[in-house]
Amino acid sequence: MAFTVTINGKKTSIDVDPETPLLWVLRDDLKLTGTKFGCGAALCGACTVHLDGEAVRSCQIQARDVDGRDVTTIEGVTGEASATPVAKAVQAAWIKLDVAQCGYCQPGQIMSAVGLLTQIPKPTDDDIDKAMDGNVCRCATYHRIRAAIHEAAKTI
Amino acid sequence: MSRQRTYSAVAMSVVAAIVAVLSIGGVGQSLFSEHDGTLISTAKAAEKNSSVADASQLFSPVAAVLRHPRCMNCHPRDDRPRQGDDRHPHLQNIVRGEDEMGFVNGRCTACHRDENSQHSGVPGAPTWHLAPLSMGWQGLGDAELCATLIDKEKNGGKDIAALVEHMTKDPLVLWGWTPGGDRTPVTPPHPQFVKELTAWADAGAPCPATAK
Amino acid sequence: MTYTDLPNKLTGIFAMPVPKPPDESRRSFLKISGGVGAGLVLGLAAPLPKLGPTGAQATSGALAPNPFLRVAADNTVTVIIKHLDKGQGAATGLATLVAEELDADHAQIKTEFAPADPIKYKNFAFGVQGVGGSTGLANSYEQYRTAGATARAMLIAAAARTWNVKADDITVKAGVVSHSSGKSATFGELANKAAGESVPDKPTLKDPKDFVFIGKSFPRVDSPAKVNGTALYTIDHQFDGMLIATIARPPMFGAKVKSFDASAAESIKGVVKVLPVPQGIAILATNTWAAIKAQRAIKVDWEKSGAETRGSAELVAEYKALLDSPGTKAREEGNLEDAFKAAVKIVEADFEFPYLAHAPMEPMDCVVRYDGSSADICTGSQMQTLDHATACKVLGLKPEAVNLHTVWAGGSFGRRAIADSHYVREACDIAKAYGKAVPIKVIWTREDDIKGGWYRPLYVHRIKAGLDKDGTIVAWLHRIVGQSIGAGTPFEALLVKDGIDSTSVEGANNLPYAIANIRVDLHTTKGGVPVLWWRSVGSTHTAHATEHMIDMLAKEAGKDPVAFRLAMLKDKPRHAGVLKLAAEKAGWGQPVKPGKFRGVAVHESFASFVANVADVSLRDDGSVKVERVVCAIDCGLAVNPDVVAAQMEGGIGYGLGAGLKGAITLAGGEVEQGNFDGYDVLRISEMPRVEVHIVPSAEPPTGVGEPGTPVVTPAVANALLSGTGVRTTVLPMNKQRYKSQS
Repeated sequence: MAFTVTINGKKTSIDVDPETPLLWVLRDDLKLTGTKFGCGAALCGACTVHLDGEAVRSCQIQARDVDGRDVTTIEGVTGEASATPVAKAVQAAWIKLDVAQCGYCQPGQIMSAVGLLTQIPKPTDDDIDKAMDGNVCRCATYHRIRAAIHEAAKTI
Repeated sequence: MSRQRTYSAVAMSVVAAIVAVLSIGGVGQSLFSEHDGTLISTAKAAEKNSSVADASQLFSPVAAVLRHPRCMNCHPRDDRPRQGDDRHPHLQNIVRGEDEMGFVNGRCTACHRDENSQHSGVPGAPTWHLAPLSMGWQGLGDAELCATLIDKEKNGGKDIAALVEHMTKDPLVLWGWTPGGDRTPVTPPHPQFVKELTAWADAGAPCPATAK
Repeated sequence: MTYTDLPNKLTGIFAMPVPKPPDESRRSFLKISGGVGAGLVLGLAAPLPKLGPTGAQATSGALAPNPFLRVAADNTVTVIIKHLDKGQGAATGLATLVAEELDADHAQIKTEFAPADPIKYKNFAFGVQGVGGSTGLANSYEQYRTAGATARAMLIAAAARTWNVKADDITVKAGVVSHSSGKSATFGELANKAAGESVPDKPTLKDPKDFVFIGKSFPRVDSPAKVNGTALYTIDHQFDGMLIATIARPPMFGAKVKSFDASAAESIKGVVKVLPVPQGIAILATNTWAAIKAQRAIKVDWEKSGAETRGSAELVAEYKALLDSPGTKAREEGNLEDAFKAAVKIVEADFEFPYLAHAPMEPMDCVVRYDGSSADICTGSQMQTLDHATACKVLGLKPEAVNLHTVWAGGSFGRRAIADSHYVREACDIAKAYGKAVPIKVIWTREDDIKGGWYRPLYVHRIKAGLDKDGTIVAWLHRIVGQSIGAGTPFEALLVKDGIDSTSVEGANNLPYAIANIRVDLHTTKGGVPVLWWRSVGSTHTAHATEHMIDMLAKEAGKDPVAFRLAMLKDKPRHAGVLKLAAEKAGWGQPVKPGKFRGVAVHESFASFVANVADVSLRDDGSVKVERVVCAIDCGLAVNPDVVAAQMEGGIGYGLGAGLKGAITLAGGEVEQGNFDGYDVLRISEMPRVEVHIVPSAEPPTGVGEPGTPVVTPAVANALLSGTGVRTTVLPMNKQRYKSQS
């Protein structure tokens, strides 16, 4: 079935089985591999993208759910044209503090951090604990994720 | 098995109660229609009805359903939804947020869609969300639970008819009977619950006396 | 021994200390440097099927005097990373070493993973190419510095020749070669000329006092790509015509396919082929979703007669029964029997440690392209030589016909360092069985990963210790029961000596405390659950048992846990050093806020010394919240202090997640967990504040990837012992609820 979805600001036509998770549409069909597969069950956050501006688990969103809607991925928040000031601040803070270790979860972490800082520009530790708990990092870079969110908040 | 036996025993007493209510004809009806949803009036109703049915008997099958993990998990008395039959706090530090739909990034619908996911096991139903804090039920005894349920100040302004409607037709409530995956469905079957619920409602939604 | 026999037998040593690269091997790589170009230019993003000889041109105009770096005309310096980087910072660490001796600018450094080559890129600790045991930086320290110094000397020689000046008057700083006359040139401008200079035999290495990066700061080379989503992991590789493979795997360890019905799977759109392979039933599909759906749709009747059928409870009971009889001796000093008789107080505790899954964020995966006469393998390969040799063997190809491309790995924690190379083997098995020359990407689901075995083994310990009237430990009996990680693997000869797998007892048989009468023994059990090293290996359990026991004894003796330890560490200055540093920084001895408890632990692993002081509180439900961990580490010279700190922070989080919540359990031989719901891992709301303090040192660098992991759990348990009086002998901690005594 064909669907039209705006991906990172660009109207895109996809023709897939309607129940295909958005995660695999992005990765397999659109070659946007920054969004990661970690659990397939909304338990790890590696596949976090924004759907109409709100963080969602792309492994649980089906192709039919996104028809006519806006999807932003890590490639979108990185793109010169599509990056928001919040996304730029988040990524700069991540680099400044060398947050990443294996890095596999970090696109999801960044999408969640952008989501958080967009809605709460000066989050408390408690806000971070609530808004970021869905994103697992097995390298346990949490200490620096927290610091980087505060760092980004300073510059927004 | 023992649970089933308990339920059938309860069901039998409910049948008896229904018969009792029917036998006094319009009294129950008028009480029902006049019901203003407050605890006091219900207590009065229950008082009036005491000759025909033991209020606690009518409400207890309803309470048993409300206490089922499938119902109770989304009616916490704090900000954390629960999961599983052991009702552990929802993983990922999920909290209710300002609109009962979750906090930033942890919105209910970020993961819970309109139906159960066949593949991942993530449960789903339309408008997945928490009951308001005022409708927190965890740890309540039958009397308090009943009082909370029918209190319009707490239940979102629902009269008894609306409550029955909610528990009879709301897809999110109905999900409890078809939760999918390895989740235990609410028992007894929904039609039987509706009968029990209706019996209680028809009797004027009497609440049991406050805890012994 | 032929190359493909390598997986059956490893040479070299696996244990620390890490030998320095012998001069002989350094010369040998320099000698063959002329032909090295072709092997070096393996662009990660290049299409897999086209890889191979075509890369040679890219080196034209470049200075590539050895297999470890390439200075190109565009002024980039590409450091060739011989080890997998799975987050521990190998790429940054090795790049730091080259950049230091080359006097390069951070901005011009790029990295590239080395191809498989057991000679050029061997780990001196193993004798083959691979990384593990926190050996990555230690075994490369001189090698990569020398590589940088070599190129630097050649750039200077080229500048001297071009400018007709003396080499001695030339300086190099931040990627610029300058002469006192004012002449200067970039590396890129000199690269082509420098390539014509002779390769110095023994370039001079810097005096450590002149270091600009080592011991100071060198930001991670991989941060930008990992932050913008462009870093390519195995799972991200996509090629035209590629098929995705999943495998329906046995539900019990040792179960085999009896029969299967693929009709439902085959009817799924996108499924191309269903193939029986030794690992189960493989499904090949044109897209990942179809491959995942088909894996679930396939109906397999499993032959379970040869499978492990015991559950965790039965295993624990069997193991515990062994605690009463002496095991194989790993260490014995003094006369234990007499010492126990003379002791005035005896403290005894039995400990239980569950199986643990590594659960790296990127589940196992491997890409293979095989055309009958050559193959490319692309994966986060941690043991390149084993993986490469395994591929050669399965595919029946000569080593030169198989290109192994190592790529970023989304974590490992030991999981990718696998003796039987199964994630490469199965990909080759599938490619061979399919027989068509298309790239195939095998992916594991999270459930495959959690249920798939290769766990930290289940262990049971008993420690019995005696105190004399002064509260000094005079007797120590430590008995360990559990599976061997090394037995039956190519690592057996390295790890198992006289019936003792060193990974079963490490951290216990080298107990640092001065105790006159001591015995450590081991019962090695057999079972069908495949086991593996899990970040910090034996120390994951021995550190907890020993360090928690020490606090139980300190309590019985009425002594302060830090002072109690220090009194027994008079001959162990590095243990004592980190212990004192952590205690001081944490404010040990000062009163703790009401409702908070403080505990300490110290442990050596992988030649590094770590002490943790943990501040702990209880939630309303009696579960444990760790608020702060102060960590001190002595890892010799800290090449990259920020990476060291990151590894401590991460190691603490990884260890704490397991200590608080981690357990893989079996019932009737089947794993009860399947994803991050059942196998719950540490999340940000549970991460303590971590403060890392590095002991200044000029000793050779030692490992940091693992030593941060095992110390936090005993430190937390000791805090709980002090605040609640409860011993934490059964892990994970969420099995019990604690109640404050105050």
